[in-house]
Amino acid sequence: MLNQITLILCCHLAGELTSKFFNLPAPGPVIGMVYLLCLLLWRGKLNKDLETTANQLLDNLSLLFVPAGVGVMLHFDRLSTDWLPITMALIGSTIATIIVTGVLMQWLSKPPAEKSHLTPKASMESPDANL
Amino acid sequence: MQTYEDIWTYLNTSPLTHLTLTLLAYQAGSWIYKKGGMHPLLNPVMIAVIFVVSGLYFTGTSYADYFEGAQFVHFLLGPATVALAIPLYLQYEQVKKSAFAILISIVAGSLTAIITALTIGYLLDGSKITLLSVAPKSVTTPVAMGISEQLGGLPSLTAILVILTGICGAMLGPICLNLIRVTDKPARGLAMGTASHGIGTARAFQVNKTAGAFAGLAIGLNALATAILLPLIWNWFF
Repeated sequence: MLNQITLILCCHLAGELTSKFFNLPAPGPVIGMVYLLCLLLWRGKLNKDLETTANQLLDNLSLLFVPAGVGVMLHFDRLSTDWLPITMALIGSTIATIIVTGVLMQWLSKPPAEKSHLTPKASMESPDANL
Repeated sequence: MQTYEDIWTYLNTSPLTHLTLTLLAYQAGSWIYKKGGMHPLLNPVMIAVIFVVSGLYFTGTSYADYFEGAQFVHFLLGPATVALAIPLYLQYEQVKKSAFAILISIVAGSLTAIITALTIGYLLDGSKITLLSVAPKSVTTPVAMGISEQLGGLPSLTAILVILTGICGAMLGPICLNLIRVTDKPARGLAMGTASHGIGTARAFQVNKTAGAFAGLAIGLNALATAILLPLIWNWFF
């Protein structure tokens, strides 16, 4: 477990350094993710322990956003003066983005023959469908 | 024997209290979420934030004091983002096969996010600073803050709008995707990751690993797309 954490932190650090050094628009952790992916592709196999460690981190991914989310208390003032444009822009834009991306990706990744009917008959009741 | 004040001072200055508070609030949020059949509207991040903010409000604790403890949780966001490489590696063949579809969908999603946020905010008389702080909302926090700062928005406001967008996407995304019959797992994941970054990805992972991998990929690609497109769009229109 310690080996796996060290490996992840090394990629993270390398990513941060790359981002800062070249002044890139991508943040350190995203570049670190690319480094780790390249390393795995180069090795051609995935260590079970690494998979377990990653799953433990990712299973609790939501928790990690709580401290930043609590920062909402610093901005109650502006949020209350501009609440209407902010709320509408957040909700409207988020829904539009999800629809455009989802529909386009589903349509583009279908084999050409199937493209005419966009609605597959996959059941919406299956537990997976409410992702 | 120490007085209550001494104990209170200790609790308020030790990182232990606020770290524990964060975990307890999140456990409570997760418990409610599971009891409610994992309904997306019962987002555990939102519930935990409400609990913590109320707790801090009633005890008169400042955000800076809270963050002293909570930063240990916050720090793990970096390593967790790096760890997204693992599900991505496991889905690599599928990602490679649909590379073209992924790129087109993410660029379209990024443009939609920027243009709709700016248009709606503008039409409803949002101030310029608000518009600039809202525009990068679909991108992962550090990138969004960077873009906002570069164009003259408020990075700390952007950070919070990013989190709110994530919660909003995790709550409404699954419902929208069901309504418009997007059932394909990669498409659902990609949409969640593009519109609502890590929080959407977290939601995707809880339900399906394939969707989670595509959502993770979308975080990185959308960050790049938006960092390039947003300054261009802003300079064209304003």
